[in-house]
Amino acid sequence: MRFQFNKVQRNFREDLSAFLEREMLPQYETVFGTYTEEQYWFGRALARKLADRGWLTIGWPREYGGGGETLLEQSILDEQIGYHKVPRVGITGLNFAGPAIIKFGTEAQKREYLPPIARGEIEYCQGFTEPNAGSDLASLEMRAFRNGDEFILTGTKIFTSYYAHADFIYLLARTDAGAPKHRGISLFIIDMKTPGINCRPLYYINGEVAAQIYFDDVHVPISCLVGEENSGWYYAMTTLDYERAGLERYARVRRLFDDFVTFCQTARYDGKTLGDNPVVQHKIANLKVGMEGWELACWKVAWMQSRGEIPNAEASIAFLFGTEQRLKFAQEAMEILGFYSTLTIESDLAPLQGGIEGLSRESLHLHGAGTMEIHRNIIAQRGLGLPR
Amino acid sequence: MDMKLDQGQEMLRSTARQFLEAECPISLVRELESNGQWHSSEIWERMSDLGWLGMTIPVEYGGGGGTLLDQLVLAEEMGRALLPGPFMTSDILCGQLLLNTGNEEQKREFLPMMSSGNAIFALALAEKNPGLTSYGLTTTGMNSKDGYRINGTKLVVPYAATAEYFICGFNNNHPNKGLGLALVQAKSPGVLITPLKSIANYPRGKVDFCDVVVREQSLLGIPGKADKPLKLAIEYATLIQSVEMVGRAQKILEMVVDYSKTRVQFGRPIGSFQAVQHQCADLRVAIDVARLLVYRGACSLADGQTSYEQVAMAKVAANETSRKATATGHGIFAGISYTLDHDMQMFSARNKLAEASMGNTISHINEIALLMGF
Repeated sequence: MRFQFNKVQRNFREDLSAFLEREMLPQYETVFGTYTEEQYWFGRALARKLADRGWLTIGWPREYGGGGETLLEQSILDEQIGYHKVPRVGITGLNFAGPAIIKFGTEAQKREYLPPIARGEIEYCQGFTEPNAGSDLASLEMRAFRNGDEFILTGTKIFTSYYAHADFIYLLARTDAGAPKHRGISLFIIDMKTPGINCRPLYYINGEVAAQIYFDDVHVPISCLVGEENSGWYYAMTTLDYERAGLERYARVRRLFDDFVTFCQTARYDGKTLGDNPVVQHKIANLKVGMEGWELACWKVAWMQSRGEIPNAEASIAFLFGTEQRLKFAQEAMEILGFYSTLTIESDLAPLQGGIEGLSRESLHLHGAGTMEIHRNIIAQRGLGLPR
Repeated sequence: MDMKLDQGQEMLRSTARQFLEAECPISLVRELESNGQWHSSEIWERMSDLGWLGMTIPVEYGGGGGTLLDQLVLAEEMGRALLPGPFMTSDILCGQLLLNTGNEEQKREFLPMMSSGNAIFALALAEKNPGLTSYGLTTTGMNSKDGYRINGTKLVVPYAATAEYFICGFNNNHPNKGLGLALVQAKSPGVLITPLKSIANYPRGKVDFCDVVVREQSLLGIPGKADKPLKLAIEYATLIQSVEMVGRAQKILEMVVDYSKTRVQFGRPIGSFQAVQHQCADLRVAIDVARLLVYRGACSLADGQTSYEQVAMAKVAANETSRKATATGHGIFAGISYTLDHDMQMFSARNKLAEASMGNTISHINEIALLMGF
């Protein structure tokens, strides 16, 4: 049993860390979701540089523009990006649309869609969730009518992140309303500039702007269909499994935690540091146990995936535990900082550039990749064999 | 990165599990609890034959010559089976101390005794301050013409009444200030043992050392220089204790899940209710994370990097998981688990003993804070 990386992985991690250290300027560092336009485009440029070094898609097969390595190496990239507060762009293409096309796309789709993703040139957003279909995604209602050599899409998607800069949307729509719900869904990749697509911004607590997207008789060529008609649910579930380790999310929080610890040990208020208080020390030590447990749970998933294993329960375990630890850290840190925790980034007096205040909003995102109840169901049913 | 046990370790796990299921049924655990013995010399002898006592002691001293990971795998199964016996104090703590501080003669004389299961060695260290540490000991060892005179009271000594030997920690002043260790025969004049009634009849005693004379050849290492070896032995034992707790929690989870699949109320198995499922899921999460922290700490130790912080984290996680297992078990088994007849209380009693053993959470949190630079 070994928890360490091998030499090649260690070198990659060090090289990557050094590179990001050099490239990241303070004004582009993003702790959480909110990107300014400048930060976003800086992130796009940085993604191009990572692609030029063969790092962006290090875990993809070589024939599709990847580095031919495993999920472990891809997770090292995720970890370093998170830890260095890099504005993360293109994640939907890298971790969802790209892998879906690799696995299920036609040769023509692979030739057309994969290289721009691998080069960091293109942005995707994901259209799965609908107003009436969240946890029960399979009950989605958006229709895609086949009409000769095109499909006509009508319906709406909601909570679509990254829509603003997205060139394409990767979405699920119902192509057979007569079939049992899981069997009548198809996967599409659609140009966001197609007429009939309208976006209504949704302003999130953490500063991010997502959207509700309306599809009003949107005509798309049949080449937009990924793989076979009515196999979309299977494709989506399989590719949702592509990257389940969550190391970027972990590393971003861990960076803030490490900075918070330093802050508690060094910043003086009336001659004393926050860390002089043993209660604060205890809270922080407890949090550290949780952080390290979260880290190991994430690597366990990445390791399993790198071996071709399907981490059904483990992925939910890592995700659930991480969500809880993140919330716990946010609440404990707010408690420790007292009224200072309520100052925002715009205030000079906000500790850690308002990072904890930002975390207190980010950490309320308890539902990503499934609600906590859904994850518990998965752990109980798939992990422990309890009956549905 | 490789987060699984190797083939040999997996075989050890399944062999140990089969052995313990056959040799140590819960009825035997109950019997040994009722009579206060908490020890089966038959099982101990068989385990010794298998090389499972003194698993990581080198073969030339009668040990199993195995690795730390082998030891952990075994300990996890022992926790699962509720195996009674002086494993922690004799095999692990005293075994490691003998290995770390004993000279060649002492190792050749005493380690085989321990690994054969023929003699129980008990660590007499903790005093009124309930912790395993060499700090602030009031037991003294004074050099005199007949030998070292040991004086003091050790409050929490496991298997005090049945141990053949105590390893007694004393405060040495001269010429080296620090921890001294003396190997004391339990029947020595001046040794007075008083039982300490504990949860589940776990055998412990208070041991008074009244002017107990110990000859030079029974001192382990140089008096005053044993602090570091003790810390290493404690680090090692803390990991073993932690994994034992994970094994027990895992068994509780399995018992609860099995019960939930068959117990029918309101026309369906209670395991089909979300509230039951979610408690099981939460316990599964806690167990998996604790196990990762324990094995991570063990791999660091096996690599030769002592990491007190990682070991402390493992014990904290083990403690929390153990408490959660107790609550989940009694919560889901409900009424029947409140009876002595039901096995759950056997598990929760041992959980409580283990949570307080090798450091409660507070002591480890303090250590982590210190190591973080506070």
